[in-house]
Amino acid sequence: MAIAETRLYMPQAPRPRLRLLEDERWLALVLLVPTLVLLGMFIAYPFMRGILLSVTNARVGVPGDFVGFANFYKIFNDGIFRTSVYNTFVYTGVTTVFKLSLGLWLAMLLNRNFRGKAFIRAFILLPFIIPTVLSTFAWKWMFDPTFSVLNWMLYHLGLITSRINWLGDPDLAMISIIIVNIWRGVPFFAISLLAGLQTISPELNEAAAIDGAKPWQRFWHITWPLLLPVTLVVVLFSVIQTFADFQIVYVMTGGGPANATHLFATYAYQIGIGTGLLSEGAAIALAMFPVLFLVVIFQLLYIRRVEVR
Amino acid sequence: MIEGAAWRKWAFFYVPMALFLVFLLFPFYWMVITSVRPDSELYRPWNSINYNPFWTWKPTLDHITYLFEETLFASWLWNTTFIALASTAISLVCGVFAGYALSRLNFPFAGSLGTGIFITYLVPQTLLFIPLAEIIRNYRLGDTPWSLILTYPTFLIPFCTWLMMGYFKAVPRELEECARIDGASRWQAMLYIVIPVAIPGILSAGIFAFTLSWNEFIYALVFLSSPAQKTVPVGVTSELIRGDVFFWGPLMAGALLGSIPVAIAYSFFVEHYVAGLTGSVKG
Repeated sequence: MAIAETRLYMPQAPRPRLRLLEDERWLALVLLVPTLVLLGMFIAYPFMRGILLSVTNARVGVPGDFVGFANFYKIFNDGIFRTSVYNTFVYTGVTTVFKLSLGLWLAMLLNRNFRGKAFIRAFILLPFIIPTVLSTFAWKWMFDPTFSVLNWMLYHLGLITSRINWLGDPDLAMISIIIVNIWRGVPFFAISLLAGLQTISPELNEAAAIDGAKPWQRFWHITWPLLLPVTLVVVLFSVIQTFADFQIVYVMTGGGPANATHLFATYAYQIGIGTGLLSEGAAIALAMFPVLFLVVIFQLLYIRRVEVR
Repeated sequence: MIEGAAWRKWAFFYVPMALFLVFLLFPFYWMVITSVRPDSELYRPWNSINYNPFWTWKPTLDHITYLFEETLFASWLWNTTFIALASTAISLVCGVFAGYALSRLNFPFAGSLGTGIFITYLVPQTLLFIPLAEIIRNYRLGDTPWSLILTYPTFLIPFCTWLMMGYFKAVPRELEECARIDGASRWQAMLYIVIPVAIPGILSAGIFAFTLSWNEFIYALVFLSSPAQKTVPVGVTSELIRGDVFFWGPLMAGALLGSIPVAIAYSFFVEHYVAGLTGSVKG
């Protein structure tokens, strides 16, 4: 034991390689190299390849030639692409509003003291933990045109008399995938916002209550402003994920019926991988970039502003 | 917290809470009940008489045995576990090192590198999967577990780095300086003093990374083609559906069994998982 300690704490003249690591800059370089190599190889390089690919007419197995902006020109005149753009904005907008309001409500319910709180909190996160594809299959089965348990419930509650073809109608299919996305996202919002709520001192609310503030006023003038920083980060994060979502639509409708429920990602997959038009698929995926870029810039500026304060 | 009559507690707490629980957990109940229900009960029209969809008196393990005997489900489970563990390990090593460098060392461009890594954290997989598929093919990694083990870290490392930076910042500088005065090198001080203090953070990052890579779908869907190489989410999606025919019993059994490993990992580390989740958002 004593010998081991001596060896650890009294190194005799470190080897040259180790002496180099005593310099902070060299140590930082060594520590960062694995990360930079992986991120460079599989994020920065594919990103540039994607841009190059989108200005050629490459297909699977065919390198293709430079065609300028022909792919972008083509997709902007493509009705299905326009529908996907519209769908993506509707999908992101509607689900974010619902996820935020339901998530905030659930977070406020969980912020009380009650028996079994830890247990319920653990169970509530399940939709977020379980592989999305697998849980979306459970929803697809619940929305099945012939065997739908939802139809069974609505029928026995006396709300409908004939079956609803959830995934066969363009509007209903859109509503269905929106429901699944809300279902998946609410736990994430609730648990993140709960963490934010727990940093707000209860004394503030109590003081306001003594001064005669109604619950609604207490929420609007105390809880909401104090929760805003966390809320904003959660919303921006969720907007990026939802905007680029793939799994739910891929499983639920595959973009159908008649290409009515495609998002950017599913349409890019159908064109790029399904039909093998790599360059056009890359162009569709890259078309997401401007919006994602704006959200990221906004988030960076906001985080910097918070850090400066 | 709640003042006033009992009905208020019911109206503003119990009823909303119960509705939330039903909404969030019913699909899992449905998954479980479907996977043990015989086919004769499954495929009965929704409006048939005397049909109770919520319970079965004739539970069966047929769907589960079908999965293991007629499909490659066992290989998919093994593939997913191996890929998730390997990519989590790589990401943890990279993330811990990078997090240490960015939070505790002074070097040129530290700030912009930190921002760069944060930005890659926000890059969704769906933005890059087409050029990445081509690159994977060029590297001759297509249809091997390595195509995923090497690409999953791209969305795990930024998150691990970000989370570890928070934990490392909280370790007092004096601790490290004491070790250095006693003759430890920078490397030793990092390895034996600072990293052990941040073990809760490593656990959080690890459990979160494991669930993320277990759940990943689009890369696995695009990079893997032969049935024996697939992960659970892709295998269930592509191999349990023949044309337009859905085998709902095996599908739900596969969804259930494919969810259990993450659910178990999660249940052991709930607190760490929540810390990782909220830490990743707050940064």
